[in-house]
Amino acid sequence: MEKFTTLTAIAAPLLRINVDTDAIIPSREMKTVSKTGLADGLFAGWRYRTLGSRDEDPGFVLNQEPYRRARILLSGANFGCGSSREHAVWALAEWGIRAIVAPSFGAIFQGNCVRNGILPVVLAEDVVADLAHQVSADPAARLVTVDLGACRLTAPDGGTHAFAIAPADREMLLEGLDAIALTMKRDDEILAFQARDHLRRPWIYLGEVVRK
Amino acid sequence: MGRTIIDKLWAEHQVADLGDGTSLLYIDRVFLHERTGSVALKELAAAHRRVRNPEQVFCTMDHIVDTFPGRGDATRVPGGTAFITETRAAARAAGINLFDLGDDRQGIVHVVSPEQGIALPGVTLVCPDSHTCTLGGIGALAWGIGTTEAEHALATKTLVVRRPQSMRVRFEGTLAPGVTAKDMILKLIATHTAAGGVGYVIEFAGAAVRSLPVEARLTLCNMGVEFGAWTVIIAPDEAVFDYVRGRPYAPQGAALDQAIAHWRTLASDADARFDRELLVDCDTLAPQVTWGTSPQHAAGIDGIVPDPATESDAGRRQSMQRALAYMALTPGTPLAGLPIQAAFIGSCTNSRLSDLRAAAALLRGRQVAPGVRAICVPGSTQVRLAAEREGLHEVFLAAGFEWREAGCSMCFFAGGESFGLEERVVSSTNRNFENRQGPRTRTHLASPVTVAASAIAGRLADPRTLASRG
Ligand code: SF4
Repeated sequence: MEKFTTLTAIAAPLLRINVDTDAIIPSREMKTVSKTGLADGLFAGWRYRTLGSRDEDPGFVLNQEPYRRARILLSGANFGCGSSREHAVWALAEWGIRAIVAPSFGAIFQGNCVRNGILPVVLAEDVVADLAHQVSADPAARLVTVDLGACRLTAPDGGTHAFAIAPADREMLLEGLDAIALTMKRDDEILAFQARDHLRRPWIYLGEVVRK
Repeated sequence: MGRTIIDKLWAEHQVADLGDGTSLLYIDRVFLHERTGSVALKELAAAHRRVRNPEQVFCTMDHIVDTFPGRGDATRVPGGTAFITETRAAARAAGINLFDLGDDRQGIVHVVSPEQGIALPGVTLVCPDSHTCTLGGIGALAWGIGTTEAEHALATKTLVVRRPQSMRVRFEGTLAPGVTAKDMILKLIATHTAAGGVGYVIEFAGAAVRSLPVEARLTLCNMGVEFGAWTVIIAPDEAVFDYVRGRPYAPQGAALDQAIAHWRTLASDADARFDRELLVDCDTLAPQVTWGTSPQHAAGIDGIVPDPATESDAGRRQSMQRALAYMALTPGTPLAGLPIQAAFIGSCTNSRLSDLRAAAALLRGRQVAPGVRAICVPGSTQVRLAAEREGLHEVFLAAGFEWREAGCSMCFFAGGESFGLEERVVSSTNRNFENRQGPRTRTHLASPVTVAASAIAGRLADPRTLASRG
């Protein structure tokens, strides 16, 4: 996984609440059994004029210069709600988004971000609105900086905002760690748990149950 | 201080305390489907990792498969056949339990899971699918995860989970005839928004929940994720123990007695404290129907399309305006009476036998209105077979409904089958998002009885105005 340390980039405002994962990557755009090839379908329902076409709607923020080069997305509350599809995160990452700033996130989506090198930054609604306002005056020059080491976001006007993130998530992002390899180091603990649990809840262990 | 059901299940499944409110939790069961599970199995194999306990991992075909009678691997979803064949190959290679096409255990993952006794009270169960919270209805701690997390659960039998805050929602009072679990959950979301449960694990409690049959509890919990919750759960009781008895993967005989004795301890203590408490009054609850593009856009069927101008919160007002434009509705229009072009009964929310019975009771001896396309898709092959044994399929067919094979079907649009452009659909599903059921399709979520009453009327209709002929 790609590490996340600090990022200074163009931030694109998409200030809608409840942006769901169906909107981020519509089902019809998930065409293969794969994590790649999804950027083209990102926000397809909003980015393109008609369904299935690639005729861009110039009114949509990510179709506009310089937002086409945005690496940070600013959005409304409950971003990434809805379906668990990790394709939403894969599509955002492939398109180029590395951090999303919103008042809150859908729980599954937020976890998926961290596992794919995207930093979810939770900041109050008025702070996000102010960032969007600052950025839109001159998006190419008025950049946003996110420093994960310091858990701090710096606005174009130099104002700083501390944000919180679970220490385990922060470490995983900073180091670009593989969560499975980390857990496998605890194999002995898992085996010991299973041995104890098997005595307490034998019905959980289907291995011994003969299927009728 | 007393402990909540969540405290108890958390402690019971904690393999290691990782500090800072994060635990390594033991995962009893993993369920996969061909849409997202296929990627997890393939990636795992590509990384040369094995499924740790394949006998506790299950996979079904539900999302992409066709639901037309006589179906095979061919599907109307573009590229969909590859999802089916690759999932089959990956499941066989991994040695997990597969409920393939043609297997009478096949069906929508969250319908099959309790039906087969795979989801049980007190188990931790995960699936790369957001509606896994459905299984809270039988007292399982079950939640939706992403594909990468699914790989983690498959490879290690555990997940790293940060403990959410706790909430209890008490539904008190008695439901009037024609009012259902679907209306209870829509009311909760409409009142407290689609983000009302973000950051929480929620216990649903109260007299109205206790008196719900198990299948209705699954409906109630199904939409916990539409409330933003990490997951939701209902403490298991005698009704659940009766439900579990005799299911294929459930414990039998002495093992069942031992399990039930344990399950009886899985309730919140009287003095347990929650971080937040909410109350929903069910005495005055009317059948609910959505008018917008978020489940929070719901109102009583006897209500009107609301006016965004009356909403003080700017974000919510904008979302209402967008929704009304998408739905082609004007403020003040009565919801009952809106003409519809289609009606859909199905999905993991409302496709179980009791749902089909309730809808059939209204449809018996009646006809779907001319010009309305009406479709019934049983949630599982077991549901379909049971319904056919009772002759319910004949009621649906005689009324003018299509009768399908089990699957997710038109709950969501993946480029294959869909409702028509800008068609207005009344649907027993859980998501009314833009384009969810088809290109610019206008979805109104409702209970199966409201869908049936509306199909007959050709307009959104109040099921309380139709006498049951059950
Ligand atoms: S029925 Fe609909 S909501 Fe349920 S699992 Fe299938 S696609 Fe998802």
